[in-house]
Amino acid sequence: MSDLNKLTIAEARDGLRAGDFTSVDLTEACLGAIAGAEKLNAFVHHTPDLALERAKAADARIAAGDAPAMCGVPVGIKDLFCTQGVASQAASHILNGFRPEYESTVSAQLRDAGAVMLGKLNMDEFAMGSSNETSVYGNAVNPWKVDERELTPGGSSGGSAAAVAADLCLAATGTDTGGSIRQPAAFTGTVGIKPTYGRCSRWGIVAFASSLDQAGPMTKTVRDAAIMLQAMCGHDPKDSTSADLPVPDFEAMLSGDIRGQKIGIPREYRMEGMPAEIEKLWSQGAYMLRDAGAEIVDISLPHTKYALPAYYVIAPAEASSNLARYDGVRYGHRAKLAAGDGITQMYEKTRAEGFGPEVQRRVMIGTYVLSAGFYDAYYNRARRVRSLIKRDFDQVFADGVDAILTPATPSAAFGLGEMANADPVQMYLNDVFTVTVNLAGLPGISVPAGLDAQGLPLGLQLIGRPWEEGDLLKTAHVLETAAGFVSKPQKWW
Amino acid sequence: MSEIDLETARKVAHLSRIAVEDDKLPALAQDLSRILTFMEQLNEVDVDGVEPMTSVTPMRLKRRQDGVTDGDMQAKILSNAPDAREGFFAVPKVVE
Repeated sequence: MSDLNKLTIAEARDGLRAGDFTSVDLTEACLGAIAGAEKLNAFVHHTPDLALERAKAADARIAAGDAPAMCGVPVGIKDLFCTQGVASQAASHILNGFRPEYESTVSAQLRDAGAVMLGKLNMDEFAMGSSNETSVYGNAVNPWKVDERELTPGGSSGGSAAAVAADLCLAATGTDTGGSIRQPAAFTGTVGIKPTYGRCSRWGIVAFASSLDQAGPMTKTVRDAAIMLQAMCGHDPKDSTSADLPVPDFEAMLSGDIRGQKIGIPREYRMEGMPAEIEKLWSQGAYMLRDAGAEIVDISLPHTKYALPAYYVIAPAEASSNLARYDGVRYGHRAKLAAGDGITQMYEKTRAEGFGPEVQRRVMIGTYVLSAGFYDAYYNRARRVRSLIKRDFDQVFADGVDAILTPATPSAAFGLGEMANADPVQMYLNDVFTVTVNLAGLPGISVPAGLDAQGLPLGLQLIGRPWEEGDLLKTAHVLETAAGFVSKPQKWW
Repeated sequence: MSEIDLETARKVAHLSRIAVEDDKLPALAQDLSRILTFMEQLNEVDVDGVEPMTSVTPMRLKRRQDGVTDGDMQAKILSNAPDAREGFFAVPKVVE
């Protein structure tokens, strides 16, 4: 059977159980696709031997009978996840050579469910970026292409998005601090869900901004997102913010019935200068949900405008603290020292060599907003505004809204290098529709909904109530079905 | 409009323990100024009486038994160190 790498998780699961093919067949198909896709620079550490070993074990388990849904499914793992014995460096030079002695909880749960890790995926350095251009491995490239330009797959989970869109793996893990799952999903015509803060354990995932970071699946379909999310989440005593709540059967909740659901359209997301195509797609999305029996209501989230500036205080503040651990002592890179250099020079040189420009910028901004004299003016004010942003959502949900529909991104994928000379703030605007969701700790999903005039994918975002990922996936599944997005990138790589 | 001067940029770099050459300070100061100016939109918001958020979901941190649950893995802990000697992390001389 050919093109097994093009299967969805659900198709692979059913085929494996029926004995139509083996996990080794699937894994070999993916490894072949990866070998032929070097131009995309999606996979940055390859683990073919480990993959085949796990695939054989999965086949044995499937043959024995009681294999879970992810058993035998080949996936890619974002480089931000620590994977035992396999390079894990958050796309940073400062973690050069780091091979963790332990496995992150999320990747361990996937491994224990029988999923087959194919390798590690490209990303922005320490997940700081929206275009995968801050990676020490170089840019990941979007498999979608409309002219001679190479396009960004988005970021920070750019390698994950590119790999899934190009059928190099059946699905991948991503992480999302301000939109890093949903924006790349939208740029590549794939599905990405960031669950409620606390759904997935953060243990063993290189920390960026701990109060915002969440892992989630990046997949080809909403059904796959439901299957994979279920395997990824659950309580973990090693993460004190992980929620001790039962994990429902998300796939079983995809009933297709959203009659009576109230979907909010937030007026503040109608941005000045928003491309007409995105505006149009957004109203089409609302029509589709109404057609399916949902009630569409206009809502207001008055503090939306302040989400980005609040985020760009809080996230760097937390990052400056989290990244203090990269000191050249315990792991990763240490600078060569000159005669007479003391420990301060070791820290300063190591961090100057090890961190790229965007990471340095954010660490310094974070240090500044936390420093004596500015803590109240910036950091505490931003945390107060964050409370107001969350209150906006609480109010809307208290008024009976079940989910909120917005565009996922303010544009389609842009060309690599096009933002090179832009103000850093210009790049931050990519997160304008997604960042509120992290600040409020809510689940959000990006669903491919159409193509723009150039032929590039565009996504719509649905935001759900806390812990109601099942409901959110159900609505997303209806939207996906109605939008009928089936386009795939033409292979050029 | 926030203006970060060269001295402040130098100080922030030092607090961050990131070496920045003198000739790179003006560009750094300019970047930081732009970002801080962007953040100053937050001053428009009335935050009187609003508590700074400490936890995004109303959760009580769990307690656990105060006991030893892990340990005895010196070799694993040192396995990634750039310089480990005799069971310790080695660093340049700290005390004269």
